[in-house]
Amino acid sequence: MAVHDDGAGAAPAPARRNSIIYDPKARGLFFQTLVVLGVGFFLYEAASNAIANLQRQNIASGFGFLDETAGFEISQTLIAYSPTSTYGRAFVVGLLNTLLVAVVGIALATVVGFIVGVMRLSKNWLIRQIATAYVEVIRNVPLLLQLFFWYFAVLKQLPGPRQSIPLGFGTSLNIRGLYIPAPVLGPGSGLVIAAFVVAVVGIVVLARWAKRRQMATGERFPVLPVSVALFVGLPLLAYFVAGRPITFEIPELQGFNLQGGVQIIPEFVALLLGLAMYTAAFIAEIVRAGILAVSKGQTEAAHALGIKPGTTLWLVIIPQAMRVIIPPLTSQYLNLTKNSSLAVAIGYPDLVSVFAGTVLNQTGQAVEVISLTMLVYLVISLLTSAFMNWFNAHVALVER
Amino acid sequence: MASSVAYVRTEPAATLPPPIRVGGVVGWIRENLFSGLGNTVLTLLALYVIWVTVPPIIEFLFVDAVWEGSDREACVGPNVGACWAFVEARFPQYIYGRYPIEERWRVDIVFALLAIGLIPMAIPRAPFKRANAVFLLVVLPVVSLILLNGGDFDVWLSWWIMLAVGLAIAEAIVFLPALLGAVPFSDRLRPALVAMVPFAVLAAVFVVLSIDFGLMEVETALWGGLLVTLVVALCGIAASLPIGILLALGRRSDLPLVRLFSVIFIEFWRGVPLITILFMSSVMLPLFLPDDVSFDKLLRALIGVAMFASAYMAEVVRGGLQAMPKGQYEGADALGLGHWQKMQLIILPQALKHVIPGIVNTFIGLFKDTSLILIVGLFDLLGMVKLSLVDPKWASPVTPATGYIFAGFVFWLFCFGMSRYSIFIERRLDRSGR
Repeated sequence: MAVHDDGAGAAPAPARRNSIIYDPKARGLFFQTLVVLGVGFFLYEAASNAIANLQRQNIASGFGFLDETAGFEISQTLIAYSPTSTYGRAFVVGLLNTLLVAVVGIALATVVGFIVGVMRLSKNWLIRQIATAYVEVIRNVPLLLQLFFWYFAVLKQLPGPRQSIPLGFGTSLNIRGLYIPAPVLGPGSGLVIAAFVVAVVGIVVLARWAKRRQMATGERFPVLPVSVALFVGLPLLAYFVAGRPITFEIPELQGFNLQGGVQIIPEFVALLLGLAMYTAAFIAEIVRAGILAVSKGQTEAAHALGIKPGTTLWLVIIPQAMRVIIPPLTSQYLNLTKNSSLAVAIGYPDLVSVFAGTVLNQTGQAVEVISLTMLVYLVISLLTSAFMNWFNAHVALVER
Repeated sequence: MASSVAYVRTEPAATLPPPIRVGGVVGWIRENLFSGLGNTVLTLLALYVIWVTVPPIIEFLFVDAVWEGSDREACVGPNVGACWAFVEARFPQYIYGRYPIEERWRVDIVFALLAIGLIPMAIPRAPFKRANAVFLLVVLPVVSLILLNGGDFDVWLSWWIMLAVGLAIAEAIVFLPALLGAVPFSDRLRPALVAMVPFAVLAAVFVVLSIDFGLMEVETALWGGLLVTLVVALCGIAASLPIGILLALGRRSDLPLVRLFSVIFIEFWRGVPLITILFMSSVMLPLFLPDDVSFDKLLRALIGVAMFASAYMAEVVRGGLQAMPKGQYEGADALGLGHWQKMQLIILPQALKHVIPGIVNTFIGLFKDTSLILIVGLFDLLGMVKLSLVDPKWASPVTPATGYIFAGFVFWLFCFGMSRYSIFIERRLDRSGR
């Protein structure tokens, strides 16, 4: 009959199936070896080329340069620094400036971002449109361009010190920056600061006690009003008891410049304004998405239980929304910190501009300088993502 | 009987007042702007904010603006608005940079080809998508490179040797099962032929690139303006999507070493600011290359931008891969598909659809980030605008604001357009119910 020799019932040759080529383990090993060889070859080539190039160009290597004298000025320093300080100290100054603008920027961006995010969900049509316009304009224009705009087109076109623009409360703005009153701590101001610390500690203790009592007995304690009273009242009381020790030094025009007070350099103002406004637009979208992610059933269920709308918002909506909001919010904070490196474009002395800019130009040690700079940002990023993983594990919904 | 009825109304009841209007303009205003005391206060506040901000902006941009003039004299004065005459005078530079004036037709042709390639690609109903994609990804880059740079490249012998070695390795891997006796050679002929296709295309590209078309060479140092912005953004987009997908697959791979390398690569590029990457690629990259190889400045920046964007793209794609239910992977395995078949036919088409918003967001971010290349001395649109502002012929208090507003508007137009298009595509691909 028309039956083939190998027949329908005969099993295929076992050798074809058990060949090493179709063993997943052997295949995995083979491809991993290929990858390792490729990466190893690449790294070896890069390293040997770098060594050869450095030797030919006679560039010193190693981190010894950090102890040499820097010899350049920095326009804003948080710790003592002069041109006779070392490169290492210049590095610290730059790092602190980066952290300063990042921390202040994060605080400002969070406040603005949450307000705009809630505005986008407002029942009021006009408020909604204003928030939408803000988000759509700011998000779609490069940050660098916004920084240039604030710095070159706005702050650098301001009048000189003699025609400073007063902003109220002793604050004024001119081409040399923003001048704000400086607090002068007289004798006895330690009492005020101590009172402030006591108030903060007291509030924390009070909140914990009130929560425990409510858990145990169901009785409520008006934590918020008492906290506000403590926070404002105690330092104020100490202020008057100690005979008003803290005074403010208001910047005044003397000669060609404003004297007294604190001068905030225009580079810082422009960078802060640009970073905060830009990041706030992204935070607003995150907040909006987070609130919308809480299903409507939650609100309805809370209302069905007889919980008041305000309480529903605080106890039902916001805790659930925060779970959605916080991971992307942290990555926006990280973005803001990394974006603060754009300072180099407008001359704010941050880490990149001081270290990867001036120090690199003076020493020429590109490999060391750039890797150190990258390492700082990498450490900040990894710490943040470690925190985020911990937080996610902490608040994750436990299902079954 | 009528007497059994307790009460009979003898006159019509009083007319009820009309209901509060909920439709029409008045109803809408009442509902959306003045529905309560708080809402009314908000509306008044919003009106105040609009009153404070909008009229001065319109006055600056249009009413007080200077539309004609030949130098700064036109734009100096107490109440002068935007100096559009300045933008008009500098417009060609903003588009072409310092590209030689008599050669600018070449850039125009590239722009036109780009539009011809992109517009039918963007319209879902337009036919010949496959041919269109080949045009955009293979033909257009080669033609643009020849037109913009002048062609007549030296393709060194070493590149041909590398091509041959690569082909040999690829063929060896394809034939490996046959060599080890697992399958007959004839089963492997077709895959071996298919593996040759990319190498053949690459060789053809080499040949075309080395032809002398008689065009004047224009160095990349002369390119600038919108041209550079588009070149960097499009190259970054074209490079980041495939590299990002590979990295995402690597991060999800079962092979521990592949996973490790992918994680290190992604976390490194994502952890540092783009500026330091650009510094690195412009200062450190030349150190890592052999003595005789020197990369063009633009190419170095391009490599940095592409690596940076790929890492972000990888994380976006990974999100899509993780969102796939396990059953999809298992189903593909049960059908007997290999790893690459499984990814290409089952997983990636679904996963990528999931993450279209994320991919477009990365593109928008990349487009905005191209402006950073001005820090390493390349002149993109923003770089040209900044450069034009130092010209004493036009320096006036309003020119910086005018220049930056113009550049901002151009960037905004591209980014906003991309985001709207992404929403449109998302809705189109949305098959969930409705």
